[in-house]
Amino acid sequence: MAEFVANGFIRFDAIVPADINERAIDEMRQLEAERLAPGGMKPPHTGTPLDECYPAPSVIGEYLRLPRIQGIIESFVGPNPTFDHDWTHHIHPHATYVQPLHVDAITDSTDPTFDVQLFWYPHDVAPGEGGTRFVPGSHLRRVRSSGLDRYQHINGEQQFSGPAGTVVVFHHGLWHAGQPNPGDGDRWMHKVRLNPTVAQVRLWNTDDLPDLQNPPSDHIFARILPDSVAQIFRTWHPWMSVTDYRNEQVQRARLWRYLTGDETYDVDHYLTRLEGRGALVGS
Amino acid sequence: MERQQILYLWASGSALDSGTVGWAFHDGTDGSGPALPDGSPPYATGVAALRDGWMLLQSSQLTPPLPGEEHLNAYLEYEFVFERRVTT
Repeated sequence: MAEFVANGFIRFDAIVPADINERAIDEMRQLEAERLAPGGMKPPHTGTPLDECYPAPSVIGEYLRLPRIQGIIESFVGPNPTFDHDWTHHIHPHATYVQPLHVDAITDSTDPTFDVQLFWYPHDVAPGEGGTRFVPGSHLRRVRSSGLDRYQHINGEQQFSGPAGTVVVFHHGLWHAGQPNPGDGDRWMHKVRLNPTVAQVRLWNTDDLPDLQNPPSDHIFARILPDSVAQIFRTWHPWMSVTDYRNEQVQRARLWRYLTGDETYDVDHYLTRLEGRGALVGS
Repeated sequence: MERQQILYLWASGSALDSGTVGWAFHDGTDGSGPALPDGSPPYATGVAALRDGWMLLQSSQLTPPLPGEEHLNAYLEYEFVFERRVTT
């Protein structure tokens, strides 16, 4: 979870069984063709409890109800999340369109709550063959979607490649874009956005948290625990300036306070320093 | 006919010799002018672009954070825009 906070995504390679992957593309193709048609297959209504989405028989439903997928979802957005929307992303062979970098939806609120978006790739994606481009660590920034259009290249950005059945969980704020597909095969991906209905506090397996949760005194310019959440929050993505990096540490610490319910949590003393001085005002 | 090539560089600091962290290229010559050098990024700094013949058009202003937004990041902050005029 700390890596998700630092990077904005976490991937699970080949987590969906081959049988489901192989049958999924037909259903994705049907959903793509009929979603906006007068009749035929439709996505769930926005706000539908996830458990009620894509009832059997549905391959997408089988995927969403896999115990490991349900465990992943519950770890991020808790039990009983609701369906926001989904989309089948289909890039034809030799497609040349370069989607601009963007964030989904609108500029975010300042609270630390978040949605997740699950990107499911039902077939192998070779390097450079249309896999989603994304910028690790970009998820906590406050931007307008169209403002990202001009960033053609950013140091440290990635383009997804991986085996069939891989699911990548995105924080909803992660910058991303579809890419050209120079390969000979269709590239399919199903993306679903889910909204939490409970506070996202300690929803994942936190058995190791007592050992990894650093005290607020953990400070790179003083003393640190060598193996701690703070060490993960010191991840410095190669596109970040010094100021960016330190501000990101503040944002990660704030998100971690929400996720753990620990209102004293800090990394490198940034929040604690300001809060300590702030408490002096008027005293 | 003279046409313009535009290069955006985003840097890790406010100085033109700070390291490049992002870039974009728009080619008014539609490929008939010189290409960017190989490499990711094509220029390690803005100064390297100057040495290759690019002319600086604009650099981002330094603006203080608004109260309450001191620790919020948004867009890439240090943007340098260059042009190169090519006769084709």
